[in-house]
Amino acid sequence: MLQPTDLELEAIRLSLRVAFWSVACSLPVAVAVAWVLARTRFPGKILLDGLVHLPLVVPPVVVGFILLVLFGRRGPIGGWLYDTFGITIIFTWKGAALAAAVMAFPLMVRAIRLSLEAVDRRLEAAARTLGARRFDVFMTVTLPLMTPGILAGVVLAFARSLGEFGATITFVSNIPGETRTIPVAIYTLTQTPDGDVGALRLSIIAVILALIALVASELLARRVNARIAG
Amino acid sequence: MLEVDAEQQLGAFRLDIHMRAPSRGVTALFGRSGAGKTSLVNMLAGLTRPTRGRIVIDDTVLFDSSGGTSIPPERRRLGYVFQEDRLFPHLSVRSNLLYGHRRAPARDRTTTVAEVVDLLGIGHLLDRRPARLSGGEKQRVAIGRALLAHPRLLLMDEPLASLDAARKEEILPFIERLRDRLRLPIVYVTHDLGEIIRLADTVVLMSEGSVAALGTVDDFLGRADLRNLTGRHEAGALLRASVESHDERFGLTHLAFDGGRLRTSRLDLPIGTNVRVNIRARDVSIALNAPADISILNVLPARITEVFAGDGTHTDLKLALGSTGHAAIWARLTARSVHDLRLEVGRNVFALIKAVAIDRQSLGGPQPDG
Repeated sequence: MLQPTDLELEAIRLSLRVAFWSVACSLPVAVAVAWVLARTRFPGKILLDGLVHLPLVVPPVVVGFILLVLFGRRGPIGGWLYDTFGITIIFTWKGAALAAAVMAFPLMVRAIRLSLEAVDRRLEAAARTLGARRFDVFMTVTLPLMTPGILAGVVLAFARSLGEFGATITFVSNIPGETRTIPVAIYTLTQTPDGDVGALRLSIIAVILALIALVASELLARRVNARIAG
Repeated sequence: MLEVDAEQQLGAFRLDIHMRAPSRGVTALFGRSGAGKTSLVNMLAGLTRPTRGRIVIDDTVLFDSSGGTSIPPERRRLGYVFQEDRLFPHLSVRSNLLYGHRRAPARDRTTTVAEVVDLLGIGHLLDRRPARLSGGEKQRVAIGRALLAHPRLLLMDEPLASLDAARKEEILPFIERLRDRLRLPIVYVTHDLGEIIRLADTVVLMSEGSVAALGTVDDFLGRADLRNLTGRHEAGALLRASVESHDERFGLTHLAFDGGRLRTSRLDLPIGTNVRVNIRARDVSIALNAPADISILNVLPARITEVFAGDGTHTDLKLALGSTGHAAIWARLTARSVHDLRLEVGRNVFALIKAVAIDRQSLGGPQPDG
């Protein structure tokens, strides 16, 4: 009774894979964007800020549709990827990861940017006087001091990716074993006669996964803070 | 030689610095808060850029707006000890110390980790995090970290300002050791005259964003016209002397200076040690005749060489001391006394100085170069 079925295991594995790649690929971009937003000034910065935050306020189905247009086989990016590298994004788990990454991106950037703004710039100046170049300072002083914020951003984005539904089903549809993540599977079950019990079981699993992620991030953050506090 | 000709606009504040100072010994930047001392040091370090001008240290051009030269801070080889320790909280004391050391090319290395650790007495702290250190320990580690970047010159921005008196006494000897043992030129920002007396060779007096005066520490302390910038209570003069003997019975020390001898409370220094003694003007009294039956141990023949009327109630007299008249001190009297005793330039008098007025606080550290 408590044993997950093969279909459930498949959805869990797929969701974890999608969420992992969503976070792994967007993290460096999020750090770079957070840095640009926190540390630079240029005309049109407010537009970039708005663009990054757009997925928070636009209906997910719209994001999914835009991705469909851009990354479809004949879309400007999707077509190029297929012709050049033979990569297909649409209707694959990679597309699900992309949709999840776009939706979780604002949350990740927000957390990282906050932690970057909290870094004492006087420490960076001290590092410069000790012979470290800008990038060296960023890698050895700024980034380590941002760790708690980066962890928070990663966990938030991971949990958000696990739960992504609207953009995913619009962009990559509902293909068992390929794009049927936990939320899509739950939706499918609710559309099936007698699917309620299965939907409930998957919902409980979703809650447990999210809880594990949050607790893990809290424990990690404590360890990092304890390390800094000596 | 440290040559600075630089202008910088910082909001409403304007920094306009023109100075030539020797790049050896300790050069103190002195002045009230807001005089631009820290801004000048940040400019030297390369953390801020002058609007225009030129900064040169020993033939190395660090900044030149006309030639478009601006060496970034990481290549200036100037150590910087900040007002706050600025230790990296995520690194151990050891990693903090090694941060600059690892990045310095081997050919530039002037000292070793072991020497610096020993010099600053921080061997027992190496495995701790900065959060676990006391204020004095943090500042010692910060000094060590700057030294191990193997700078050609060390900038220290009020390194003792955040410490209480006891911690200051704990750090000052270490700074004296840097000066005397490592022979490292130091630019030292302070608004504390006591630190200048202990440490400085050259004093740069700053006021409202520019250099008001620059000279040796002796000149600086002897100039009455700078009093309104240095603060009246600290007025005094430096006397260079050496420890001649100790009077163990009464707990006194005899100091010999050019043209005389000074008795002070017992100083714990070996005989022959060169010291500089700050004699505050308010601790000096004047008598027309050598007084008998008096508790004051130092009665020195002197000649008045300058009379400087202050704000009306006080008058400062410059006195040439002893048989040679080479040593000079100041006496601060009421205008009333000066009038009643008819004190004027050229008059021979006796300067009275209480032995207990001179203590460790008024002494500069041992001076290797005299």
